[in-house]
Amino acid sequence: MYIAVINYNMGNISSVKNAFKRIGANVRVTSNARVISNAKALVLPGVGAYKDAYKNLKKLNLIKVLKENIRKKIFLGICLGMQLLFEYSLENGKNKGLGILKGSVEKIPQFVKVPHMGWNQLKILKRNSKILSGIKEGDNFYFVHSYYIIPGSKYVVSSTTDYGIEIAASIEHDNIYGFQFHPEKSSTGGLRLLENFWNIVKEKG
Amino acid sequence: MITKRIIPCLDVDKGRVVKGINFVDIKDAGDPVELAAFYDKEGADEIVFLDITASHERRKTVVDLASKTAEKVFIPYTIGGGISRIEHIREILRKGADKISINTAAVRDPSLINRASKIFGSQCIVVAIDAKYKNKDFWEVYLNGGRTPTGINAVDWAKRVEELGAGEILLTSMDKDGTKDGYDIDLTGAVTSVVNIPVIASGGAGKLEHLRDVIKYAGADAVLVASIFHYRQYRIREAKEYLKSEGINVRI
Repeated sequence: MYIAVINYNMGNISSVKNAFKRIGANVRVTSNARVISNAKALVLPGVGAYKDAYKNLKKLNLIKVLKENIRKKIFLGICLGMQLLFEYSLENGKNKGLGILKGSVEKIPQFVKVPHMGWNQLKILKRNSKILSGIKEGDNFYFVHSYYIIPGSKYVVSSTTDYGIEIAASIEHDNIYGFQFHPEKSSTGGLRLLENFWNIVKEKG
Repeated sequence: MITKRIIPCLDVDKGRVVKGINFVDIKDAGDPVELAAFYDKEGADEIVFLDITASHERRKTVVDLASKTAEKVFIPYTIGGGISRIEHIREILRKGADKISINTAAVRDPSLINRASKIFGSQCIVVAIDAKYKNKDFWEVYLNGGRTPTGINAVDWAKRVEELGAGEILLTSMDKDGTKDGYDIDLTGAVTSVVNIPVIASGGAGKLEHLRDVIKYAGADAVLVASIFHYRQYRIREAKEYLKSEGINVRI
């Protein structure tokens, strides 16, 4: 049983891998369709531009594999990896995403400093969320992003953060999870979230 | 609301931390990775490594540091020191560093800031500025670790690096560095008032009031600290409790 961390050349894969290793999870970093299909869970990390991310997934022939597998498996998208779940992004023109969830990705309005970078507090909306277990209202997580999601349904949002505007910090829909912040860079709180994810994977496995 | 950050800075020479730091709970006080992991546990918000290795081996020592740190440190970290090429930046970021900091190379070739931020994103490009007071409202930018004056006005340069795509400025006051009598409020304030990217104040921290002052009165987004934590004059937690009691939003 392992988690496939999808490598599509969009930055900082090693931090995600190291963080999962630290909490004792079995991870395989891969861009191989078969390794992805055989995984119990998928993690799509990502730092960089939306358009490039989609293009890279396409070049690696991973679009179809992801669309087929995300709903079937336990999925975690981190930052750009979460944003890719939605229908499109307005980053540098309108760019298509995976369209697993309804909604879009838009630029953080310029009346605040962009990128939104640093430690910010969570306001927890889904109190019984398994992946947020052990996390307290007001705990800090590390954010770095210039675009944010506008989900079609507000019910997917499990926590938010306040940056002058309200930003969805985490999402949850059936077996699909997403974090706008970086758990792999959020010290003990972040590691706890990854551990929760691994526990969910083990429970269902 | 976003928090103000406390960032310990480690100077590294040939893979070892300079200025020996003696902590009882650290096996090897000269090991930058172990120290950084210690500061992660202590509640530091980020780590800055400054590689000062004076040889052609620096390129390799910097990449090694990036990769070893990624295994043990789970907060963001920045690596600086002699970085001047896109390929080098790519290598360091790939190994797990979140940001790189450039100084001399950015002044020599400002297009580096522009190219790097386009490829990797502004958020991972920090421009370090070492400035020294010259006369009324004029702080001069120095290069090569403070050895080479440039005639450039630090405030103008700060504005310029923002336009070129820098995501953050690490601003060191050469007048205050090592004095322990407080950050340079005038210099920091002059820079934060003209740019819209985060500014890390550096140089001069001697007591906790200094951290408060540069955040409150000069608008710094983060403070770089070295000796007051390295020598255990204060613990990070203590500094944060103090800042919180002064009405500053911090991560505790």
